[in-house]
Amino acid sequence: MSDLNLDKLPGGFKGMSTDIGSDQTAFKGVNWGKAMMWIFLLSDTFIFSCFLISYMKVRASVVEPWPYPSEVFALEFMGAPVPLLLIAIMTFVLITSSGTMALAVKYGYEKNKKMCGWFVLLTAIGGLTFVGMQAFEWSKLIFHEGVRPWANPFGAEQFGAFFFMITGFHGTHVSIGVIFLFIFARKVFKGDFDTGKRGYFTTMKSDYVAIEILGLYWHFVDLVWVFIFAFFYLW
Amino acid sequence: MAEAKKEQTTTHKIGIYLWIWGLLFVLSFFSYMVDWYNFQGLLRWTLILIFMFLKAGLIMAFFMHLFWERYALVNVLLWPMTAIACFVGLMVAEGKYTVFSRMFYFFVGGA
Repeated sequence: MSDLNLDKLPGGFKGMSTDIGSDQTAFKGVNWGKAMMWIFLLSDTFIFSCFLISYMKVRASVVEPWPYPSEVFALEFMGAPVPLLLIAIMTFVLITSSGTMALAVKYGYEKNKKMCGWFVLLTAIGGLTFVGMQAFEWSKLIFHEGVRPWANPFGAEQFGAFFFMITGFHGTHVSIGVIFLFIFARKVFKGDFDTGKRGYFTTMKSDYVAIEILGLYWHFVDLVWVFIFAFFYLW
Repeated sequence: MAEAKKEQTTTHKIGIYLWIWGLLFVLSFFSYMVDWYNFQGLLRWTLILIFMFLKAGLIMAFFMHLFWERYALVNVLLWPMTAIACFVGLMVAEGKYTVFSRMFYFFVGGA
């Protein structure tokens, strides 16, 4: 990667055809781990799309009225129900953590161990907050409102199944991300990326590019939330 | 000099991240306002979709660095997503047909 001079290669669509037709690495200047993460994220996009599209299809074709999310997800605040309050806070928490991750990646590029580590840790805490709020939201719906995958008091029965499936799958992604963020925060602070120490599961040397790969995953989780927020909560 | 140039392709000024971060906050706030003011119908959908695509675009382009990647990678990602958008369009039409036939056989009755 280091001996490759990207500036000398043609750009744009011409560059694309020469890159792919070069009989070499198709993704010039892209670390293989990063390319693999992109491919994984693309396949994850397909899964989330399948969930959201089937949800949309069912919601568009049920004859019973769909539960109105603005009221279902309202939160009592100072005695008055505020629509979507918790969801709005969750959105802001996730965007905040996405921003701190972007900064962590930036400082990772600059091999700034301290700043990178703190921002990764901050991101992990943001993610943890998000998961905590989601757990609160779930328990409120399950124990207080009696929402079940097969029934709910608000309207169309399919609501529960889609809600738990989609937000649950997203929450699982966030949780896995949080675990990795904590592990990588530790690795950054330990200086593994500076010394190139080899990891537990791989013989490859540790490198700050791992922070960028982790960042891609974390931004993707935020990206999915953008779509869930729009299609599930705002619709 | 060559070294400095190589660095520039991988690291970016902090300002760009802060700008995008701020924009994401503003856009999220706007999309929350869509619900707050209870816009309905076509206006609601247009606003929701505009804010959604702007946010998704900003995250992908700058936070995920796609803006700086070569077209070989960008196109591998964007064309499948375009196919998904077509799939969404197909399923919207299908959903409309399903609800139409449900209502039709409920009120008019089948053979």
